[in-house]
Amino acid sequence: MPALPLDEAGKYVAAAYLVFLALILIYVAIMAVKLGRIEKELVELNELADRAEESK
Amino acid sequence: MYGKGMRPLAIGTFFVLTGAFALVFFWVPADADQGFIQKIFYLHVPMAIVALGGFIAGGVMAICHLRTGNSKWDLRSYVSIHMALVLAVGALITGSIWARAAWGHWWVWDEPTLVSFLIVFLLYATYQPLRFAIEDPEKQARYASVFAITAGAFVPLNFLAVRMAQSLAHPRVLGATGGSMPSEMRITFYVSLIGMALLFITLWKYEMASKHTTAQLRNLRRRLLGDDSVAPTGRSAAPSTVLPARPKP
Repeated sequence: MPALPLDEAGKYVAAAYLVFLALILIYVAIMAVKLGRIEKELVELNELADRAEESK
Repeated sequence: MYGKGMRPLAIGTFFVLTGAFALVFFWVPADADQGFIQKIFYLHVPMAIVALGGFIAGGVMAICHLRTGNSKWDLRSYVSIHMALVLAVGALITGSIWARAAWGHWWVWDEPTLVSFLIVFLLYATYQPLRFAIEDPEKQARYASVFAITAGAFVPLNFLAVRMAQSLAHPRVLGATGGSMPSEMRITFYVSLIGMALLFITLWKYEMASKHTTAQLRNLRRRLLGDDSVAPTGRSAAPSTVLPARPKP
């Protein structure tokens, strides 16, 4: 097959690089949600520890 | 523990990958045969190589798990295979886009390189369901390790078989003759490969740090409120990340 014209080839190249970017962004978003949960639990445990100290 | 050195690693990964893509679009010459479309090569091939490397690394970590009996190796193997699967999906999609642009088809079933990579991908796609099917954590880890070692050994064998098979359309990169890439293309390819490997390591450490921190929090909750306060995790494909309980002061 002969080489594609630049504008058409550009669309395919952009699509491939956007797929890579999307995969990374989806992964980072999932990790951000996980870290959010960890942070929430950490706050909760800190409150519990404070209450335990006060009751001593 | 796993969070150590994360920041310089993440920054390094970002700069190497950005540098690689800058080389791809602003420095390396266009391919004489395929033209601009060949730019996908610098993304697709490193993703495929690092994905296969991740599968093999998962197998090596599984060997360490069976030898030592330490569950942290099972977790490392699990995360490595998990990350390699993500990159394998990327390699399949970008390869398909490239095939459409270069050959006029999204997929070619009689091309050994494509089909063999799909077989490896589908083989590892059964890894998570296998883990999920086994409830006992000890048994799950042992069976998963045996699977990871067997499948990990299959990857290089598969690679060699493809090299020996006759190629129909898919080119052989870095062949026995050292490949025929001009030096600019070769340098750009290696920078992309290093960037992709760094990305794999960064995301692997990121995931390990997340799982380790979650386990530490569960342990802390148990110490503060007693065993009853921690809800059972239930059936899961992920390895149990229960840390040994520390004695109360």
